[in-house]
Amino acid sequence: MSLRLAVLGAGAVGGSVLDLAGDYGHDVVAFADSSSSAVDPAGLDPSAVHDRKERDGVVGDADPESVFDADYDVLVEATPTTLGDAEPGFSHVERALADDRHVVLANKGPVAERYADLRALEAESEGTVQFEAAVGGAIPILSTISDLGAPHVTAARGVLNGTANFILSRMAAEGLDYEHVLAEAQDLGVAEADPTFDVDGIDAALKFVILANVLSDGETEYALDDAEVEGIRNVPGTALDLAAEDGRTVRLIGEATADGVRVAPRLIPQGSALSVTGTQNIVQLETKHAGQLNISGRGAGGPETATAVLSDVSRLE
Amino acid sequence: MSAQDLDGGSDAEADGSGEMPKPHTIRLELADEPGQLLAALAPISDNGGNLLSIFHERGNLTPRGHIPVEVDLECPPDRFERIVDALRDAGVNVIRAGAEHFGEEVMVILVGDTVDSDLSDTLHRIESSADATLQDLSLSAREGTDEASSARLRLAVRSGRVDETLAVVRDLAAEKGLHVVEPLAEGSQ
Repeated sequence: MSLRLAVLGAGAVGGSVLDLAGDYGHDVVAFADSSSSAVDPAGLDPSAVHDRKERDGVVGDADPESVFDADYDVLVEATPTTLGDAEPGFSHVERALADDRHVVLANKGPVAERYADLRALEAESEGTVQFEAAVGGAIPILSTISDLGAPHVTAARGVLNGTANFILSRMAAEGLDYEHVLAEAQDLGVAEADPTFDVDGIDAALKFVILANVLSDGETEYALDDAEVEGIRNVPGTALDLAAEDGRTVRLIGEATADGVRVAPRLIPQGSALSVTGTQNIVQLETKHAGQLNISGRGAGGPETATAVLSDVSRLE
Repeated sequence: MSAQDLDGGSDAEADGSGEMPKPHTIRLELADEPGQLLAALAPISDNGGNLLSIFHERGNLTPRGHIPVEVDLECPPDRFERIVDALRDAGVNVIRAGAEHFGEEVMVILVGDTVDSDLSDTLHRIESSADATLQDLSLSAREGTDEASSARLRLAVRSGRVDETLAVVRDLAAEKGLHVVEPLAEGSQ
């Protein structure tokens, strides 16, 4: 069945959803960035929208609000993640649910910071909320948990920030210091100009907060403030040297367990499942009856994250 | 600091394992004078102890201004008390002695500019407040960079006390402005 998508957010993820929706048999009927929108009930032409954005700095002539007036089935919320009240993303979701539309989130804010509010709105609506893309990009983590059943999964741990992992694994492999590798990562586009979210562990923590919310199945609500978070700025090359001398390495590991959420640099054996290199991500699910499951892959990137968004859309058919 | 528990002897009597040698750890402190270490080791071999290793924390001082030394030795349980008595008779200050059963091992890395200057106190406090004993220690500093120094500690921990030990390390690090890289215990296969 073809669904009509309204996409909010014209960054790497929103842009890729626009490009790839046709491949999944869906149409993007509305597309907005922070200042403009393009609406076409017959489906937008991706290259025309991208050209307009490049040429004029806008995606269309309408204002962003027009998206909500379009005739759509699924709102794809891919605006930048914000903390605290998770606005404006949360209001976007609220509005779509009030109109009994489905919502697919790539934005982590509403699910990490206001999970109970979000679930309450969903309960009042005919629409449902999906957010696979908010946790680990293309890796099917939430759908795996859903298949297993959250009560059968006792913990999730792993590496869910490619930038921090790239930096730590490069520092370990090349014997370079943090500042040097960060600059290299910025040149390669692996780290942003302001890398705070990634290197201070906030991005990873938001993902593990979302996992904790999913695993607790409504019993306990978690937000970023509940997480114990430490980033990688305080991991010098000397620590990686000492770890390597003993067959270990350091990775920024997140944990969502019955004890809560924790993200910190941890010592793990070299060559163990969690010691992924570069921008690779991995999540290890601890199950009650079936041991550990490891799922790894690309945890970020436009087409990768759009793949998770469109998988969520397909689940709504 | 002055707590002197001597549980090795009573352990030996309790388990009565006859002639089978068992490993023991003795923590001493020595004045920083020539010949002190050798003088301290003589009572061990004289009384049937077999030296396994000596960890001489040169450069570190106990609060009394002495050098801490950790001696691992093997001896039949019934000889252990005699060895400790002989050490004390020879005027050696035995801080701790025992056939302790450290069933688990945990490794942590401490990071910070002051990690090496203040290490003796850090190690002493870990050993005195946690059920742990230092097995080995490695330091790393990179000359000519502004990177922080690091110290890798391998601790032998009494079975089931890993969490408590890590909590002690964490608190101590927080107090001293150091960062701790803790091991991930589970799921790291």
